Amino acid sequence: MTGPKSIISTLQRHGALWPLVALGLIWLVIIIVNPGFFAFTIQDGRVFGGVIDIFNRGAPVALIAIGMSLVIATGGIDLSVGAVMAIAGAVAANLIVGTDLPAPLIILAGLGAGLAAGLLNGTLVAGFGIQPIVATLILLVAGRGVAQLLNDGQIITFQNEAFAFVGVGTLLGLPMPVWLVLFVLAAMLLITRRTALGLFVEAVGANASASHYAGVPVRAIKLTVYAIAGLCAALAGLVATADIQGADANNVGLWIELDAILAVVIGGTSLMGGRYSLVLAVVGALIIQSLNTAVVLSGIPPKFNLVIKSAVIVAVLMLQSPVAQAQLASLRRRFTA
Amino acid sequence: MTAATSLLSLRGVRKEFPGVVALDDVDFEVRPGEVHALLGENGAGKSTLIKVLTGVYPRDGGEMSLGGETLSPQSVGEAQAAGISTVYQEVNLLPNLSVAQNLLLGREPRRFGLTDWKQMNAKARETLKRFRLDIDVTRPLGAFSVAIQQLVAIARGVDQRAKILVLDEPTASLDASEVEVLFDILRDLRTAGLGVVFVTHFLDQVYALSDRITVLRNGRKIGTFETAELPRPKLVEHMLGYELQGTASSHASRGTVTEGNDAALEMDSACVSGSVQEISLAAQSGEAIGLAGLLGSGRTEVCRALFGLDTLSSGRIRRNGRDVHITSPRGAIAKGIALCPEDRKANGIVGELSVRENIALALQARRGWWRPIPAREKRAMAEKAITDFKIATPDADKPVRLLSGGNQQKVILARWLAIAPDVLLLDEPTRGIDVGAHAEILRLIHQLCERGMALIVTSSELEELVAFSHRVIVLRDFRQIAMIEGEDITEDAVLQAIAS
Repeated sequence: MTGPKSIISTLQRHGALWPLVALGLIWLVIIIVNPGFFAFTIQDGRVFGGVIDIFNRGAPVALIAIGMSLVIATGGIDLSVGAVMAIAGAVAANLIVGTDLPAPLIILAGLGAGLAAGLLNGTLVAGFGIQPIVATLILLVAGRGVAQLLNDGQIITFQNEAFAFVGVGTLLGLPMPVWLVLFVLAAMLLITRRTALGLFVEAVGANASASHYAGVPVRAIKLTVYAIAGLCAALAGLVATADIQGADANNVGLWIELDAILAVVIGGTSLMGGRYSLVLAVVGALIIQSLNTAVVLSGIPPKFNLVIKSAVIVAVLMLQSPVAQAQLASLRRRFTA
Repeated sequence: MTAATSLLSLRGVRKEFPGVVALDDVDFEVRPGEVHALLGENGAGKSTLIKVLTGVYPRDGGEMSLGGETLSPQSVGEAQAAGISTVYQEVNLLPNLSVAQNLLLGREPRRFGLTDWKQMNAKARETLKRFRLDIDVTRPLGAFSVAIQQLVAIARGVDQRAKILVLDEPTASLDASEVEVLFDILRDLRTAGLGVVFVTHFLDQVYALSDRITVLRNGRKIGTFETAELPRPKLVEHMLGYELQGTASSHASRGTVTEGNDAALEMDSACVSGSVQEISLAAQSGEAIGLAGLLGSGRTEVCRALFGLDTLSSGRIRRNGRDVHITSPRGAIAKGIALCPEDRKANGIVGELSVRENIALALQARRGWWRPIPAREKRAMAEKAITDFKIATPDADKPVRLLSGGNQQKVILARWLAIAPDVLLLDEPTRGIDVGAHAEILRLIHQLCERGMALIVTSSELEELVAFSHRVIVLRDFRQIAMIEGEDITEDAVLQAIAS
């Protein structure tokens, strides 16, 4: 049962084959252009290496992709995550500069701001029936404005080691953002799969009307996933803010909603809603970050970055499309026959 | 074999899918000017046969000929060009285009290279006149009822110089009077020499319209019969492959309900604004109330109000004699009321989820998200339902959308019985499902009554309604026009009440 064939077919059944193949291929390219990239070294009690670097830099997108997966699984979308990052960062930076609050409370305040933003999104979608793309577009525009007002139009910089730990700290040899991704992933897997939340999310996304008839609290589920997405975005915002020790309302998390949506889609979750995978969304985030890294390492000028990234993503999505899958299946039949 | 010449002839047609022989050596013949019914349970091979005939699937063996010429369509377009037109159950026209555009799509009359609208509309009106349809052909198709859309689809099919018209369950969404219009047109077409292949679940319609019947079972042809010479029970036996057990005969349990107790569910002069008016009904435990009436008479709306999908504007609902205020399905479920909705696909199944997840959904929703049903219990629940209801599925992990209509309906019934409701509302529980599942669902209604459940059931099929109801409420135009009880319940009585 554990031969290579059965592993491949298991991966395929879970839709994990192509995202993993894509990640492997990108890493292969990186090894070719920079053979030493994946070597691990330990310095000052911290592990350094290419994989960890990719994980660390990809943490904000991965965190947001986890929340985004659940929103997309209900058939919704959250465009406001980048703006929520900016709000959380601005709240934290202003509290650090203006008060003597300890770091844990500042983190909680930042998360609280993200939760509030998520609940606002959720209320517009679930309570008022506004289309998700429109409802969250409001906060995409307004959220960054709120953050700019909080910062009074400036970039607020600060010195606070305890808070900076979230972005640049090391725990048991690994960077803190990596731990945060692993922790949030594990926690969300536990919350969605050890309870019935995951089932309800998928049921609402696959057929909201039938779920309503079956007694599933459709509105509460939608409100919950937007709240979770807000929390994830706020955490990503705190990581990014701690990383540069400053709150830049104009640029933090700019366009990150698109990377996060792509990560979810690369992971195989349909924008129509229904089945989703948190693990594969994180793999999707790693693919996107690996691409960024690969372009930089290969010495191609950074101006090619976006075009190359798009080309690879289109290739991955085409491989996963029903058309390509059917073609591959018939090829396989011809070879095995 | 008769001496009549055949228009369409299939000999030894075979079609295989990986692991399954969908059609095994099937002969099928249609004469000019006949309506030929193609019947069988779900999975018998009807759809496959039609798909081979219309060029959707290539055949793996056998011969086909149309009007004496060999027929091997490689695509739907080729089949159409050869003279085979198909009208599917779901109207597959473009609702945002005008009726005329739909009728002449791809064949628009042109003038200086541009569409000649005047001529197109005139041509469309002329075509529809044959179908006794006098509608504004410039309005979008979607603005008309499904029945009219269906007729337009047929008009389009026949207009394409068709020799054979294939109708795949054309009447599933039509009410009685609309079916009559359709049948009149089909009789005209028959007189004009067209061959009609008619697939349906409604046996009444088979006897009303068809000249001959071909029955398929498990991919094989059981036989072709003259409709007039094949009595109905015999036909059902052919379709099922076994003798039908009497499902329609247990009137005996009627009248055993003790009067005077508080009704399990009661509606007292209930009104919903823009919907049902002044409805009063009471269902005792162990009693089945039948709701009769034409399509659009308010049957579904009564169920909606009882299940909290619509809110009462006046009147009241009582459970066991106590007033209850139901504002959502969740609220209704909490009070022990369940509903199998009419539109299974839209409101019943969650197609992407597995059979097991679909069965567990309502129970899980009632427990709340933080108290998951243990995996083992869920598995046992699904296995039991699959055995008890004879749900045809290889395993409980199969997405429910891949099951046939009858099996989907059983999954939804299993979902509700898992929460053991006191009152079960069944809105058209037997619509569009095969004969075997049909019989089982009727048997289940009897069993549930015996177990003390109160049932409220709507049905368009009077025969079954009469068979299981302890009381029949007849609706028309959102109002209650008659109540028939006990021994007075006969098909004639219900029909007269509807027609009065």
